[in-house]
Amino acid sequence: MSQDIIAPMQRPKSRTSLRGLVPWVVFAAALLLLPVFFSGNSTAFTLLNVIGINIVFALSYNMLLGQGGMLSFGHAVFFGLGSYAAMHAMIAIDEASYAGEGFWAHVPVLGMPLVGMIAGGLVALVLGWPFCRRAGTAFAMITLGLGEMVAAAGQMFPSLFGGEAGIYGNRMVGPQWFGLELAQSSDVYWFIAFWTFAAVFAMWAFTRTPLGRLSNAVRDNPDRLQFIGYPPRNVRFMIFIASGAFGGLAGGMAAVNYEIITPEALGLIPSGLALLMAAVGGLGVFYGPIVGAVVVTLMNSMLSDYTDASILYVGLVFLAIVMFAPRGLGGGIEQVRVAWREGELGQRLPGWLSGALAVGMIIVGLVVLVELTFQITHGDDEFAHVFGVDFDAASLWGWLTVVVLLVAGGLIKRATNKLREGQE
Amino acid sequence: MLELVIFSALNGVLYGLLLFMLSSGLTLIFSMMGVLNFAHASFYMLGAYFAYTLGMYTGFWPALILAPLLVGALGALVERFGLRRVHANGHVAELLFTFGLAYVIDELVQMIWGTVAVAYREPSYMREPLFTLFGTDYSIFRGVVILISILMFIALWYLLKKTRVGMMIRAALTHGEMVGHLGHNVPRLFMGVFGFGCALAALAGVIGGPLLATEPGMAATLGPIVFVVVVVGGMGSLQGAFYASLLIGLLQTFFVAINASLADVFNALGANLDPYGEVGRISLATLAPMTPFILLVLILIFRPRGLMGELEP
Repeated sequence: MSQDIIAPMQRPKSRTSLRGLVPWVVFAAALLLLPVFFSGNSTAFTLLNVIGINIVFALSYNMLLGQGGMLSFGHAVFFGLGSYAAMHAMIAIDEASYAGEGFWAHVPVLGMPLVGMIAGGLVALVLGWPFCRRAGTAFAMITLGLGEMVAAAGQMFPSLFGGEAGIYGNRMVGPQWFGLELAQSSDVYWFIAFWTFAAVFAMWAFTRTPLGRLSNAVRDNPDRLQFIGYPPRNVRFMIFIASGAFGGLAGGMAAVNYEIITPEALGLIPSGLALLMAAVGGLGVFYGPIVGAVVVTLMNSMLSDYTDASILYVGLVFLAIVMFAPRGLGGGIEQVRVAWREGELGQRLPGWLSGALAVGMIIVGLVVLVELTFQITHGDDEFAHVFGVDFDAASLWGWLTVVVLLVAGGLIKRATNKLREGQE
Repeated sequence: MLELVIFSALNGVLYGLLLFMLSSGLTLIFSMMGVLNFAHASFYMLGAYFAYTLGMYTGFWPALILAPLLVGALGALVERFGLRRVHANGHVAELLFTFGLAYVIDELVQMIWGTVAVAYREPSYMREPLFTLFGTDYSIFRGVVILISILMFIALWYLLKKTRVGMMIRAALTHGEMVGHLGHNVPRLFMGVFGFGCALAALAGVIGGPLLATEPGMAATLGPIVFVVVVVGGMGSLQGAFYASLLIGLLQTFFVAINASLADVFNALGANLDPYGEVGRISLATLAPMTPFILLVLILIFRPRGLMGELEP
């Protein structure tokens, strides 16, 4: 089985260098500076918090798919169960601090992601062994079954999962640490920022451990791994546990952020979201899922303000990336970076720019097409708005625009391909 | 009691036949191309919606033929311009592609036909009872569905075993490269099989739409079950898929029909379970949607190659 799309980019690297620290300093600075730009804007903080949770969720998923080569359709099981565990712990804190005694009275809510992490890891430990015999299609199917089963069980045990309505808790309980009241989303931001940074760093460090290296080996050539004395199943099992633990950590963050969790969080839809984010961002680059999580979360929340077809656009972007840019956005960034380092950027830039122009025109054409169709099927009297321009489905001009944009985009794409062939 | 058993058996067989119509196409596609088509149930849904829209102009019977043909052509296009392109990037990319396709088709259906169920129904003369047993009617339409399914199986069997194309398909299942070396156009064969599988799924949609419900969630409800059928039956085995379809169809129908709780079952077996506790109170009917997945996990633990499969997936 060839795994082109998830094979890592080649890059030689010295072991200890200060340059390796640069991304982490930038990351930490960005996390520290973001609140300055958005101070007082609580919607922005709400969105930032969701992005943080999704970054950890997508990265934990990529431990399985990108690094271990195991395509899972049930990753939300760990996210959801971690979230449930954290929520129950939060309720326990609430009750214990009301009584003023007991173990939970001394546990801060800030530590909930650790509860989620332990829960996620334990669930993976208990369930994982029979699943890890094979990677590939069998693994995909069995995780799909696991996800459906746990989601169905979630509806069945109301005392644990709260039935349809889910369970809810209160994050402003227990001992307060660092003066964080966690009352507003700007307060929660610091909690999310800390755990996002810690989790991203831990997952990056995991790729540098011997187990992290073995996970790449089990993806690329399990037979050979068996020959040198590492049973692939054991390696897969350990990756599965680690990935489940970090998925649970993301769930613990979500429990504190939303203060409510429903059995829906265990199902196929959130599992698909993890896959979507990781694949859009790129499976072969470590920071790919981070890019994917940011882009997909922003698209999901911002597009819905402008159009009713927002989910369709997310799906189309995913499909386009799988078809035309299998290395994802992160792979694209890496390509530009390599060209920059090799000094070929000036030579390659025209090709990339005209390719981007073609893709842009095709996208705008498709957007107009979708909005016009929407206008017809929903019988709205309003015009379809695309980038401030009104289109009327009744007149020919809108449809003509679609055709012109699509044809022009296609022609430019063809010219670009010729240009690139000429370069090589 | 007898009434319950007979009607549950009839309905279970009916449901199982529908499942097989879906899973036969999926199995053919999988064993030939190695692609587990995640969007297969979406083509089933498209079949139902196409038949609904076409039926308003042409009536039920022409739509029964036209809708699968249209969906089959659509499937062939998807293979030619989508899947074939992605194929170079490996199996994971192919699975991701069909996953994204399912996502997009679901959204398009909601966009075009709305988010609530459409009133797609069988013609009124088919709602008359075919026979009446113990005071319960069995409608003509259900009989027609069983008849169509059986005719389809005979046609499928004839196509695969008795025609030249079927011979090529069977050869390509195991020796794809050799068939290519002999001068047959294997990519075109793939395209044909993919389109054919999608058409079968659409046929299941045309007759399943009025039976179940024609709504945007119909792909998501049936999709995972069809995968279970394919895995339980054994990857790539049509015969296995047939038995697994009937097994799951009967299992689910009987679980819905039997009015008992887990406590009743376990206590009858000699266990001592509190009938009012949280576990004991669960009725078998609420367990019904879970049965396929329980079966899947059991099969993968105890017999990973499935009922009739030759190879482990």
